[in-house]
Amino acid sequence: MNQRTSVFLQGLVIENPLAIIMIGLCSALAVTTSVANGIGMSLAMTFVLVTSEVIISLFRKLIPESVRIPIFIIIIAAFTTMVDLVMKAYFPDLSKAMGVFIPLIVVNCIIMGRVEAFASKQSVSNAFLDALGMGLGYTWVLISMSVVRELLGNGTILGIQIMPEAYQPILFFVLPPGGFLVFALFISFNLFMKKKWTKSPSGISDPEGGN
Amino acid sequence: MPVALKIFISALLINNIILMRFIGLCPYIGMSTDVKQSVGMGFAVTFVMVMASTVTWALYHFVLLPLGLEFLQILVFILIIASLVQLVEFYLKKAAPALYLSMGIYLPLITTNCAILAVTFDNITAGHTFFQSIAYSVGVALGFMLAMVLLAGLRTRIRTAAIPPFLRGNPILFVLSSLVAVSFMGFAGLIK
Repeated sequence: MNQRTSVFLQGLVIENPLAIIMIGLCSALAVTTSVANGIGMSLAMTFVLVTSEVIISLFRKLIPESVRIPIFIIIIAAFTTMVDLVMKAYFPDLSKAMGVFIPLIVVNCIIMGRVEAFASKQSVSNAFLDALGMGLGYTWVLISMSVVRELLGNGTILGIQIMPEAYQPILFFVLPPGGFLVFALFISFNLFMKKKWTKSPSGISDPEGGN
Repeated sequence: MPVALKIFISALLINNIILMRFIGLCPYIGMSTDVKQSVGMGFAVTFVMVMASTVTWALYHFVLLPLGLEFLQILVFILIIASLVQLVEFYLKKAAPALYLSMGIYLPLITTNCAILAVTFDNITAGHTFFQSIAYSVGVALGFMLAMVLLAGLRTRIRTAAIPPFLRGNPILFVLSSLVAVSFMGFAGLIK
Protein backbone atom coordinates (compact mmCIF):
# COMPACT_ATOMS: atom_id res chain seq x y z
CA MET A 1 0.00 0.00 0.00
CA ASN A 2 1.15 3.46 -0.88
CA GLN A 3 2.23 5.55 2.13
CA ARG A 4 -0.32 8.29 1.41
CA THR A 5 -3.24 5.89 1.39
CA SER A 6 -2.10 4.24 4.59
CA VAL A 7 -1.97 7.66 6.32
CA PHE A 8 -5.52 8.25 5.18
CA LEU A 9 -6.80 4.81 6.18
CA GLN A 10 -5.26 4.92 9.69
CA GLY A 11 -7.98 7.18 11.03
CA LEU A 12 -10.81 5.38 9.29
CA VAL A 13 -10.32 1.97 10.86
CA ILE A 14 -7.08 0.98 12.55
CA GLU A 15 -6.65 4.05 14.73
CA ASN A 16 -10.24 5.19 14.72
CA PRO A 17 -10.32 7.95 17.36
CA LEU A 18 -13.68 6.96 18.83
CA ALA A 19 -14.00 3.22 18.48
CA ILE A 20 -10.40 2.11 19.04
CA ILE A 21 -8.45 4.84 20.85
CA MET A 22 -11.58 6.08 22.65
CA ILE A 23 -10.82 9.78 22.88
CA GLY A 24 -13.17 12.69 22.28
CA LEU A 25 -16.14 10.72 23.49
CA CYS A 26 -18.13 13.55 25.06
CA SER A 27 -19.51 15.03 21.88
CA ALA A 28 -19.95 11.63 20.24
CA LEU A 29 -22.32 10.37 22.90
CA ALA A 30 -24.17 13.59 23.50
CA VAL A 31 -25.12 14.73 20.02
CA THR A 32 -26.04 11.38 18.46
CA THR A 33 -29.70 11.59 19.48
CA SER A 34 -30.61 12.46 15.88
CA VAL A 35 -28.91 11.95 12.53
CA ALA A 36 -29.05 15.66 11.68
CA ASN A 37 -27.11 16.53 14.83
CA GLY A 38 -24.62 13.76 14.11
CA ILE A 39 -23.93 15.10 10.62
CA GLY A 40 -23.67 18.69 11.85
CA MET A 41 -21.22 17.79 14.58
CA SER A 42 -19.10 15.66 12.23
CA LEU A 43 -18.86 18.46 9.70
CA ALA A 44 -17.87 21.00 12.36
CA MET A 45 -15.31 18.62 13.81
CA THR A 46 -13.82 17.65 10.43
CA PHE A 47 -13.53 21.31 9.42
CA VAL A 48 -11.66 22.28 12.59
CA LEU A 49 -9.46 19.17 12.37
CA VAL A 50 -8.47 19.74 8.73
CA THR A 51 -7.85 23.48 9.01
CA SER A 52 -5.86 23.32 12.25
CA GLU A 53 -3.74 20.40 11.09
CA VAL A 54 -2.93 22.11 7.78
CA ILE A 55 -2.13 25.48 9.38
CA ILE A 56 0.01 23.95 12.11
CA SER A 57 1.86 21.73 9.67
CA LEU A 58 2.47 24.79 7.47
CA PHE A 59 4.06 26.70 10.36
CA ARG A 60 5.67 23.72 12.07
CA LYS A 61 9.23 25.03 11.55
CA LEU A 62 8.36 28.47 12.93
CA ILE A 63 6.61 27.36 16.12
CA PRO A 64 9.10 27.22 19.02
CA GLU A 65 9.13 23.86 20.77
CA SER A 66 8.64 25.28 24.28
CA VAL A 67 5.45 27.27 23.63
CA ARG A 68 3.90 24.96 21.08
CA ILE A 69 0.92 23.86 23.20
CA PRO A 70 -0.47 27.37 23.82
CA ILE A 71 0.00 28.18 20.13
CA PHE A 72 -1.87 25.03 19.12
CA ILE A 73 -4.69 25.92 21.49
CA ILE A 74 -5.00 29.43 20.07
CA ILE A 75 -5.12 28.13 16.49
CA ILE A 76 -7.72 25.49 17.33
CA ALA A 77 -9.78 28.00 19.33
CA ALA A 78 -9.76 30.44 16.42
CA PHE A 79 -11.19 27.86 14.02
CA THR A 80 -13.71 26.67 16.60
CA THR A 81 -14.91 30.25 17.06
CA MET A 82 -15.40 30.51 13.29
CA VAL A 83 -17.46 27.33 13.17
CA ASP A 84 -19.48 28.44 16.19
CA LEU A 85 -20.31 31.84 14.70
CA VAL A 86 -21.13 30.43 11.25
CA MET A 87 -23.42 27.80 12.77
CA LYS A 88 -25.16 30.39 14.92
CA ALA A 89 -25.75 32.60 11.88
CA TYR A 90 -26.82 30.05 9.25
CA PHE A 91 -28.07 27.00 11.19
CA PRO A 92 -29.56 28.46 14.37
CA ASP A 93 -31.67 25.35 15.13
CA LEU A 94 -28.75 22.96 14.75
CA SER A 95 -26.54 25.24 16.81
CA LYS A 96 -29.13 25.38 19.58
CA ALA A 97 -29.59 21.59 19.56
CA MET A 98 -25.86 21.01 20.01
CA GLY A 99 -25.46 23.80 22.54
CA VAL A 100 -22.18 23.80 24.38
CA PHE A 101 -20.68 20.99 22.29
CA ILE A 102 -19.61 23.23 19.42
CA PRO A 103 -17.41 25.47 21.62
CA LEU A 104 -16.18 22.30 23.32
CA ILE A 105 -14.50 21.20 20.06
CA VAL A 106 -11.60 23.32 21.27
CA VAL A 107 -10.79 20.88 24.08
CA ASN A 108 -11.58 17.77 22.06
CA CYS A 109 -8.68 15.41 22.64
CA ILE A 110 -8.77 14.13 19.04
CA ILE A 111 -7.67 17.47 17.60
CA MET A 112 -5.02 18.18 20.21
CA GLY A 113 -3.76 14.61 19.94
CA ARG A 114 -3.45 14.63 16.14
CA VAL A 115 -1.90 18.07 16.05
CA GLU A 116 0.70 17.19 18.66
CA ALA A 117 1.45 13.68 17.43
CA PHE A 118 1.16 14.15 13.69
CA ALA A 119 0.71 17.59 12.14
CA SER A 120 3.58 19.23 14.02
CA LYS A 121 6.03 16.75 12.47
CA GLN A 122 4.69 16.00 8.99
CA SER A 123 4.34 17.67 5.63
CA VAL A 124 1.23 19.65 4.76
CA SER A 125 -0.19 17.06 2.37
CA ASN A 126 0.27 14.25 4.89
CA ALA A 127 -1.33 16.34 7.61
CA PHE A 128 -4.26 17.09 5.34
CA LEU A 129 -4.82 13.40 4.55
CA ASP A 130 -4.46 12.42 8.18
CA ALA A 131 -7.00 15.05 9.25
CA LEU A 132 -9.39 13.95 6.54
CA GLY A 133 -9.04 10.30 7.54
CA MET A 134 -9.52 11.04 11.22
CA GLY A 135 -12.47 13.33 10.43
CA LEU A 136 -14.14 10.64 8.33
CA GLY A 137 -13.40 8.04 10.99
CA TYR A 138 -15.15 10.26 13.50
CA THR A 139 -17.99 10.90 11.03
CA TRP A 140 -18.87 7.29 10.26
CA VAL A 141 -18.95 6.31 13.93
CA LEU A 142 -21.11 9.32 14.77
CA ILE A 143 -23.53 8.76 11.91
CA SER A 144 -23.92 5.04 12.48
CA MET A 145 -24.56 5.62 16.18
CA SER A 146 -27.10 8.33 15.50
CA VAL A 147 -28.90 6.18 12.92
CA VAL A 148 -29.34 3.41 15.50
CA ARG A 149 -30.46 5.81 18.22
CA GLU A 150 -32.87 7.85 16.09
CA LEU A 151 -34.36 4.78 14.40
CA LEU A 152 -35.04 2.91 17.64
CA GLY A 153 -35.80 5.89 19.82
CA ASN A 154 -37.94 7.88 17.42
CA GLY A 155 -38.74 5.58 14.48
CA THR A 156 -37.29 8.09 12.02
CA ILE A 157 -34.09 8.87 10.11
CA LEU A 158 -33.41 12.56 9.41
CA GLY A 159 -36.99 13.22 10.52
CA ILE A 160 -38.51 10.87 7.89
CA GLN A 161 -40.67 8.09 9.27
CA ILE A 162 -38.97 4.74 8.57
CA MET A 163 -40.55 2.35 11.03
CA PRO A 164 -44.19 1.29 10.43
CA GLU A 165 -46.82 3.50 12.06
CA ALA A 166 -47.60 0.89 14.68
CA TYR A 167 -44.02 1.00 15.98
CA GLN A 168 -43.82 2.24 19.54
CA PRO A 169 -40.58 4.26 19.85
CA ILE A 170 -38.23 3.03 22.56
CA LEU A 171 -37.56 6.35 24.25
CA PHE A 172 -34.65 4.80 26.16
CA PHE A 173 -32.37 5.11 23.13
CA VAL A 174 -32.58 8.88 22.78
CA LEU A 175 -32.13 9.40 26.53
CA PRO A 176 -28.61 9.54 28.02
CA PRO A 177 -28.51 5.90 29.29
CA GLY A 178 -29.28 4.70 25.75
CA GLY A 179 -26.23 6.58 24.51
CA PHE A 180 -23.99 4.69 26.90
CA LEU A 181 -25.53 1.34 25.98
CA VAL A 182 -25.34 1.87 22.21
CA PHE A 183 -21.73 2.96 22.54
CA ALA A 184 -20.91 -0.07 24.70
CA LEU A 185 -22.30 -2.42 22.06
CA PHE A 186 -20.58 -0.44 19.34
CA ILE A 187 -17.09 -0.73 20.82
CA SER A 188 -17.76 -4.34 21.71
CA PHE A 189 -18.53 -5.02 18.04
CA ASN A 190 -15.43 -3.08 16.98
CA LEU A 191 -13.16 -5.03 19.32
CA PHE A 192 -14.67 -8.24 17.99
CA MET A 193 -13.95 -7.22 14.38
CA LYS A 194 -10.45 -6.07 15.25
CA LYS A 195 -9.74 -9.36 17.00
CA LYS A 196 -11.05 -11.32 14.05
CA TRP A 197 -8.96 -9.35 11.57
CA THR A 198 -5.75 -9.46 13.56
CA LYS A 199 -6.21 -13.13 14.40
CA SER A 200 -6.77 -14.65 10.99
CA PRO A 201 -3.59 -13.65 9.09
CA SER A 202 -0.96 -13.81 11.83
CA GLY A 203 -2.51 -16.06 14.46
CA ILE A 204 -1.82 -13.51 17.21
CA SER A 205 -4.87 -12.82 19.32
CA ASP A 206 -5.50 -9.50 20.97
CA PRO A 207 -5.19 -9.27 24.77
CA GLU A 208 -8.61 -9.03 26.41
CA GLY A 209 -10.24 -5.82 25.30
CA GLY A 210 -7.34 -3.45 25.92
CA ASN A 211 -7.97 -0.54 28.31
CA MET B 1 -36.14 26.89 47.93
CA PRO B 2 -33.51 29.55 47.17
CA VAL B 3 -32.43 29.75 43.54
CA ALA B 4 -28.79 28.97 44.31
CA LEU B 5 -29.76 25.73 46.09
CA LYS B 6 -31.98 24.76 43.16
CA ILE B 7 -29.08 25.33 40.77
CA PHE B 8 -26.80 23.29 43.01
CA ILE B 9 -29.12 20.28 43.29
CA SER B 10 -29.93 20.34 39.61
CA ALA B 11 -26.24 20.42 38.65
CA LEU B 12 -25.37 17.70 41.15
CA LEU B 13 -28.09 15.13 40.45
CA ILE B 14 -30.66 15.98 37.80
CA ASN B 15 -28.30 17.20 35.10
CA ASN B 16 -25.28 15.28 36.30
CA ILE B 17 -22.47 16.42 34.06
CA ILE B 18 -21.18 12.94 33.22
CA LEU B 19 -24.19 10.68 33.36
CA MET B 20 -26.76 13.01 31.83
CA ARG B 21 -24.68 15.34 29.69
CA PHE B 22 -21.65 13.19 28.72
CA ILE B 23 -19.16 15.97 29.44
CA GLY B 24 -15.82 14.94 30.93
CA LEU B 25 -15.99 11.30 29.89
CA CYS B 26 -12.25 10.88 29.33
CA PRO B 27 -11.16 11.20 32.98
CA TYR B 28 -14.35 9.38 34.02
CA ILE B 29 -13.33 6.27 32.09
CA GLY B 30 -9.58 6.68 32.44
CA MET B 31 -9.12 7.67 36.09
CA SER B 32 -11.78 5.65 37.87
CA THR B 33 -9.74 2.50 38.51
CA ASP B 34 -10.08 2.84 42.29
CA VAL B 35 -12.11 4.90 44.72
CA LYS B 36 -9.15 6.75 46.24
CA GLN B 37 -7.93 7.99 42.90
CA SER B 38 -11.42 9.15 41.91
CA VAL B 39 -11.76 11.14 45.11
CA GLY B 40 -8.39 12.81 44.48
CA MET B 41 -9.38 13.70 40.94
CA GLY B 42 -12.76 14.89 42.18
CA PHE B 43 -11.23 17.34 44.65
CA ALA B 44 -8.77 18.67 42.10
CA VAL B 45 -11.63 19.22 39.64
CA THR B 46 -13.74 20.97 42.29
CA PHE B 47 -10.89 23.29 43.15
CA VAL B 48 -10.09 24.27 39.57
CA MET B 49 -13.73 24.46 38.51
CA VAL B 50 -14.68 26.94 41.22
CA MET B 51 -11.63 29.08 40.54
CA ALA B 52 -12.13 28.97 36.78
CA SER B 53 -15.77 29.95 36.93
CA THR B 54 -15.03 32.81 39.34
CA VAL B 55 -12.30 34.24 37.14
CA THR B 56 -14.06 33.75 33.81
CA TRP B 57 -17.34 35.17 35.15
CA ALA B 58 -15.60 38.33 36.32
CA LEU B 59 -13.61 38.61 33.13
CA TYR B 60 -16.65 38.20 30.91
CA HIS B 61 -18.81 40.70 32.77
CA PHE B 62 -16.16 43.33 33.50
CA VAL B 63 -13.90 43.11 30.46
CA LEU B 64 -15.36 41.29 27.45
CA LEU B 65 -18.92 42.60 27.72
CA PRO B 66 -18.11 46.33 28.14
CA LEU B 67 -15.62 46.17 25.27
CA GLY B 68 -18.01 44.26 22.97
CA LEU B 69 -15.59 41.34 22.60
CA GLU B 70 -18.00 38.48 23.37
CA PHE B 71 -16.92 36.60 20.25
CA LEU B 72 -13.48 36.05 21.80
CA GLN B 73 -15.08 34.03 24.62
CA ILE B 74 -13.82 30.60 23.52
CA LEU B 75 -10.27 31.80 22.95
CA VAL B 76 -10.02 33.79 26.17
CA PHE B 77 -11.62 31.19 28.42
CA ILE B 78 -9.41 28.32 27.32
CA LEU B 79 -6.27 30.41 27.76
CA ILE B 80 -7.42 31.60 31.18
CA ILE B 81 -8.09 28.05 32.32
CA ALA B 82 -4.77 26.76 30.99
CA SER B 83 -2.76 29.49 32.67
CA LEU B 84 -4.80 29.26 35.86
CA VAL B 85 -4.02 25.57 36.19
CA GLN B 86 -0.32 26.32 35.71
CA LEU B 87 -0.37 29.04 38.38
CA VAL B 88 -2.25 26.84 40.83
CA GLU B 89 0.28 24.10 40.25
CA PHE B 90 3.26 26.40 40.94
CA TYR B 91 1.58 27.86 44.00
CA LEU B 92 0.65 24.51 45.51
CA LYS B 93 4.09 23.08 44.91
CA LYS B 94 5.62 25.95 46.92
CA ALA B 95 2.96 26.68 49.53
CA ALA B 96 1.31 23.36 50.27
CA PRO B 97 3.55 20.45 49.27
CA ALA B 98 1.32 17.87 50.98
CA LEU B 99 -1.73 19.01 49.08
CA TYR B 100 0.32 19.16 45.90
CA LEU B 101 1.38 15.55 46.32
CA SER B 102 -2.18 14.40 46.82
CA MET B 103 -3.72 16.18 43.86
CA GLY B 104 -0.85 17.68 41.89
CA ILE B 105 -0.62 14.80 39.43
CA TYR B 106 -4.20 15.42 38.33
CA LEU B 107 -3.79 19.13 37.69
CA PRO B 108 -2.17 19.05 34.22
CA LEU B 109 -4.89 16.66 33.08
CA ILE B 110 -7.55 19.13 34.07
CA THR B 111 -6.56 21.78 31.53
CA THR B 112 -8.10 19.80 28.72
CA ASN B 113 -10.99 18.54 30.80
CA CYS B 114 -14.04 19.64 28.87
CA ALA B 115 -16.11 19.80 32.06
CA ILE B 116 -14.26 22.91 33.26
CA LEU B 117 -14.72 24.78 30.01
CA ALA B 118 -18.35 23.66 29.72
CA VAL B 119 -19.15 25.03 33.17
CA THR B 120 -17.69 28.43 32.37
CA PHE B 121 -19.75 28.60 29.16
CA ASP B 122 -22.88 27.43 30.96
CA ASN B 123 -22.51 30.21 33.51
CA ILE B 124 -22.57 32.77 30.71
CA THR B 125 -25.38 31.21 28.63
CA ALA B 126 -27.61 30.62 31.65
CA GLY B 127 -27.05 34.19 32.87
CA HIS B 128 -26.03 33.16 36.38
CA THR B 129 -25.16 35.85 38.90
CA PHE B 130 -21.76 35.64 40.56
CA PHE B 131 -23.04 33.70 43.57
CA GLN B 132 -25.15 31.40 41.41
CA SER B 133 -22.19 30.60 39.22
CA ILE B 134 -20.22 29.47 42.26
CA ALA B 135 -23.13 27.30 43.42
CA TYR B 136 -23.38 25.85 39.94
CA SER B 137 -19.70 25.03 39.65
CA VAL B 138 -19.59 23.37 43.08
CA GLY B 139 -22.67 21.32 42.16
CA VAL B 140 -21.22 20.21 38.85
CA ALA B 141 -17.87 19.33 40.40
CA LEU B 142 -19.41 17.27 43.19
CA GLY B 143 -21.64 15.56 40.62
CA PHE B 144 -18.50 14.72 38.67
CA MET B 145 -16.91 13.25 41.78
CA LEU B 146 -20.07 11.32 42.64
CA ALA B 147 -20.23 9.71 39.21
CA MET B 148 -16.53 8.82 39.32
CA VAL B 149 -16.74 7.29 42.79
CA LEU B 150 -19.81 5.28 41.76
CA LEU B 151 -18.04 3.89 38.71
CA ALA B 152 -14.86 3.19 40.68
CA GLY B 153 -16.89 1.25 43.26
CA LEU B 154 -18.64 -0.74 40.56
CA ARG B 155 -15.33 -1.48 38.89
CA THR B 156 -13.94 -3.04 42.06
CA ARG B 157 -17.17 -5.04 42.45
CA ILE B 158 -17.04 -6.55 38.96
CA ARG B 159 -13.37 -7.47 39.16
CA THR B 160 -14.23 -11.06 40.01
CA ALA B 161 -17.61 -11.22 38.26
CA ALA B 162 -18.26 -13.46 35.27
CA ILE B 163 -18.63 -10.87 32.50
CA PRO B 164 -19.81 -12.09 29.08
CA PRO B 165 -16.67 -12.32 26.91
CA PHE B 166 -17.88 -9.79 24.32
CA LEU B 167 -18.28 -7.11 26.99
CA ARG B 168 -14.91 -7.57 28.71
CA GLY B 169 -12.61 -4.57 28.90
CA ASN B 170 -14.06 -1.20 28.03
CA PRO B 171 -17.58 -2.12 26.84
CA ILE B 172 -18.67 -3.26 30.31
CA LEU B 173 -17.76 0.18 31.72
CA PHE B 174 -20.25 1.80 29.38
CA VAL B 175 -22.92 -0.76 30.24
CA LEU B 176 -22.35 0.04 33.93
CA SER B 177 -22.57 3.77 33.21
CA SER B 178 -25.79 3.17 31.33
CA LEU B 179 -27.31 1.44 34.36
CA VAL B 180 -26.14 4.18 36.74
CA ALA B 181 -27.56 6.77 34.32
CA VAL B 182 -30.93 4.99 34.38
CA SER B 183 -30.99 5.30 38.15
CA PHE B 184 -30.06 8.99 37.90
CA MET B 185 -33.04 9.59 35.65
CA GLY B 186 -35.13 8.93 38.75
CA PHE B 187 -33.99 12.29 40.10
CA ALA B 188 -35.75 14.08 37.26
CA GLY B 189 -38.78 15.16 39.29
CA LEU B 190 -36.78 16.34 42.30
CA ILE B 191 -37.18 20.06 41.60
CA LYS B 192 -40.38 21.66 40.44
